[in-house]
Amino acid sequence: MAQNEKSLLGKVQDALHGSMLLELTKGMITTLYAFFFEKKVTVQYPEEKRPVSARFRGRHVLNRYENGLEKCIGCSLCAAACPADAIFVESAENTDEKRFSPGERYASTYEINMLRCIYCGFCEDACPTEAITLGDNYELSFTDRRQALYTKDMLLVPVLPGGQPTPQVTAPGEFTRSVPAMKDPQD
Amino acid sequence: MTKLINLNINNTPVTVPEGTLVVDAAKKIGVDIPVFCYHPKMEPVGMCRQCLVEIGRPMIDRATGKPVLNEDGSPKLQFGPKLETSCTTPVSEGMAVLTETAKAKGGQKEIIELLLTSHPLDCPVCDKGGECPLQNLTMEHGAGESRFLFDEKHHAEKHVPLGDLIFLDRERCIQCARCIRFQDKIAGEPVLGFYQRGRNTDVVTYSDPGFDSVFSGNTTDICPVGALTTADFRFGARPWELKHAASVCAQCPVGCNLTFDVRREAKTGGGYVIKRAMPRQNEQVNEIWMCDKGRFSGYQFTEAETRLRLTPVEMESALRRASDILAQSKSETVFLAGGRLANEDLFTLKKFAAALGAQAYLYTQHGGGEFTTAYGLTSGSNLGDLGKGDVILVVASDLYNEAPLWHLRLKAAAGRGATLIVANARATKLDEFSTFVVRYSYGDEVETVKGLPAKEKIGEALKNAANLVIFYGADGLGLAGTTALAQACADLVKERAGKANNGLVGVWSSPNQQGALEMGLRPAQNLAAELRGKTVYLLAADLAGDDPALAQALKGAKAVIVQDVLQTASVALAQVVLPASAYTEREGTFTNGERRVQRFYPAVPNVATSRPDFSLLAAVAKGCGVDLEGRSTLLVMNAIAAQESAFAGLSYAKLAEVSEQYPLIGRGDLYYGGTGYENKQGLGVTLAPAEAVTPLNIPYAALRPKEDELLGVPVTKLYDDGTTLAPAKLLAAHVERYRGVVLHPATAEKLALGNGEQAEVRLGGARYLAKALVDASISTGVVLIPRSMGIALTEPAVVQVSAAEKAQEA
Ligand code: SF4
Ligand code: SF4
Ligand code: SF4
Ligand code: SF4
Ligand code: FES
Repeated sequence: MAQNEKSLLGKVQDALHGSMLLELTKGMITTLYAFFFEKKVTVQYPEEKRPVSARFRGRHVLNRYENGLEKCIGCSLCAAACPADAIFVESAENTDEKRFSPGERYASTYEINMLRCIYCGFCEDACPTEAITLGDNYELSFTDRRQALYTKDMLLVPVLPGGQPTPQVTAPGEFTRSVPAMKDPQD
Repeated sequence: MTKLINLNINNTPVTVPEGTLVVDAAKKIGVDIPVFCYHPKMEPVGMCRQCLVEIGRPMIDRATGKPVLNEDGSPKLQFGPKLETSCTTPVSEGMAVLTETAKAKGGQKEIIELLLTSHPLDCPVCDKGGECPLQNLTMEHGAGESRFLFDEKHHAEKHVPLGDLIFLDRERCIQCARCIRFQDKIAGEPVLGFYQRGRNTDVVTYSDPGFDSVFSGNTTDICPVGALTTADFRFGARPWELKHAASVCAQCPVGCNLTFDVRREAKTGGGYVIKRAMPRQNEQVNEIWMCDKGRFSGYQFTEAETRLRLTPVEMESALRRASDILAQSKSETVFLAGGRLANEDLFTLKKFAAALGAQAYLYTQHGGGEFTTAYGLTSGSNLGDLGKGDVILVVASDLYNEAPLWHLRLKAAAGRGATLIVANARATKLDEFSTFVVRYSYGDEVETVKGLPAKEKIGEALKNAANLVIFYGADGLGLAGTTALAQACADLVKERAGKANNGLVGVWSSPNQQGALEMGLRPAQNLAAELRGKTVYLLAADLAGDDPALAQALKGAKAVIVQDVLQTASVALAQVVLPASAYTEREGTFTNGERRVQRFYPAVPNVATSRPDFSLLAAVAKGCGVDLEGRSTLLVMNAIAAQESAFAGLSYAKLAEVSEQYPLIGRGDLYYGGTGYENKQGLGVTLAPAEAVTPLNIPYAALRPKEDELLGVPVTKLYDDGTTLAPAKLLAAHVERYRGVVLHPATAEKLALGNGEQAEVRLGGARYLAKALVDASISTGVVLIPRSMGIALTEPAVVQVSAAEKAQEA
């Protein structure tokens, strides 16, 4: 019947569609364009590293104040908040002769089991002194389970220039408060 | 019968006895009214205003004296214009209390807001954080913002040692005076007080040395904030990290119920360690209190360096050697058991000794046990029930030093109107609270007791007493003296035997001497002679450490086997040493001086290869071909119940039964009774009276020194060098304070000895150097020698005291 008969051109088009040549060509053009004319995204890891986003949650660090005192006061709130039970804290008492952190209490033991951690950042939220923060280190690999236990000295950041390492000898009455005094919110 | 009052609390009808406070009535139906200053164990003072509620009372028509009725016939209520403190208001008929209305909640919220104006942001570092009513209330009312200026916050000292055991944080104190009132009213040692006023009100201590009380730890329990903290637990752990193990204190015959809080620690490689001891409520034993000895030194020995440790191989060969020795010596063996052993151990020991045909003795210097088992307290007894019409007699015992909680409970009984008679040769702390004080000279104990019924007022009181409880101790007495004294005391209370709240109580020096006595173990009359040529098996008994004469006797023994928890002087003389578990590491039961059998549960795992005493005994017995239960204490207890008449019908399940106790404490609620624990693990069971026994009539004649001779008498101090106490370093200063011999100033002067000077004490051929302590409250011609403090004096003896030569001092 007359309506069902196709023109020759129509038949060629059908054939090309059927073999997907057209699509392949289109795709190849895009790829070749990107290959020759666009900036490359491949990073030569580990020689080269991509910067992580500002909110990236990598391996934790324990921070220090500028004077070198540890921010962590050994309160265990991070351990309490941790859904994976990855943190273990033991605390002890500071003295002016042997001071680790401001106030009366410091963490004498601080351990995070990186195999347990799910990098949720709850510990960071719970910390009253911003002592623990999730850093940008994601290169965690171990050949032994024990290596996954990060102790306090592994987690503590280096002393900033001008600061002193802990424990420090401090003047009596200088560091009486564990949590830094808040500014009056009315100000 | 007290009148009952009907009232409505939050529209729920309640019926309570007249005189009940609104706050307690509310708690009864589960309504928690927040409190700070009110404590159910103390009189209300209405200081903090936290418990504000709305209270309405029925209106009375003045003309007719009848209640005014609403239209529907219900009585018309009149609510006051102001909120009222529910802790100071007793209930009245028809009262309506509203605790949940906007007005009541608003009042409570404002009090919290005011308290918080001066409260530091310490929750993260505060030891109370996690079990703090101020925290809980703040969470509940949640004023997220303060309307007060931060720079007006009150700042104060944060680290104030009140004594060497308790620290005060002045910033955290909310001035509720609970600590002060506890010391004044319950402990009877008013060493705390307020200083200054207003925002500057400070808790201070008036004693020297600071906070000089043996009940000081309790103030940290009831302090509703973290203002008071203990030296042993400071920053030890957060409360939510702790696991709890129910136990019983093993430092004196009271047997306070307590809870060991444990957690894993890095220093033990992740093993459990005990972090603190807290009271567990038992209104019939220790209520919700415990003494500082139990709290600060009761468990430390578990982790002591001096624990006996063997490798598994050594252990095996030690057990084999012990078996070999005993299989040979058979009936030529003497077992000596200390009162630190649990009932299960004592029973196993008794069985083993019987199977060998050997002798088993209780090792103690405190006799009279046959009387306390026959005429001791029986079921239904409770020192807390004693009051008006009842008589309590304390003879030759310094309860404050020997059994602090009994001191506290007897003081309270006297406060309720009981007649308290204290008879002693010297002044004791209990004198202050007693109705009658009887003074005698050392040596006259027995005659004094015999003479009491003939005294006018005391005799009258004894005769008419509704209930009579007699406590007898070993102040200035040895084995023979205490036995004679017990007999004299028993004569006073004999015919009341078997009646609740009547009986004779021995103030023993160990937690389970009563249990040993109930099992039929008795002290040897002439111990040193018994040991000669025999094989001696010592369990929790350090003969050599206590007395050089006994050490000599041990050397004359054929063989010595020592089974103990810690390194002792006797261990050095032993052929075989078997390391036993500490009681904190195992299960078992103790029988306290009131004859209450109480269960303790394991808190931490065994150190090294140590095993419970009964299990070691069973292992040794097995090697001798004697089959004894060595695996489960429960099975041993079942055997005890079946074979020991005094323990008939007991089982672990029965001992673990609990019933509701008032006041309700330890539930983390806003009706805050303190951090002591609720008792969910058993109140224990008091034994039925044992059959009356005919006492062995041991001849006793008190030692009478000549005119110019000095009589040395043994006395007991709370803190000493006892085997399980010594490893607790926290109390070292307290032990040192009392180390020395006590003399009357006149006696000291005669000997040319000043207070604190070095004296030389000669006693039965031995010479000791000791500090002379001068005390005008004792009599002349005697010298008090504390037990377990280096000078071996087991019974009164003539001693020579002189000023130590300077050369010897150096
Ligand atoms: S990131 Fe989350 S899982 Fe990891 S330690 Fe912190 S709280 Fe625990
Ligand atoms: S890291 Fe922060 S939350 Fe964790 S213990 Fe230290 S201070 Fe407390
Ligand atoms: S120290 Fe504690 S118990 Fe004592 S007054 Fe202050 S808040 Fe109350
Ligand atoms: S009174 Fe006795 S049983 Fe109670 S805590 Fe003190 S030492 Fe332990
Ligand atoms: S005023 Fe009632 S609890 Fe303090």
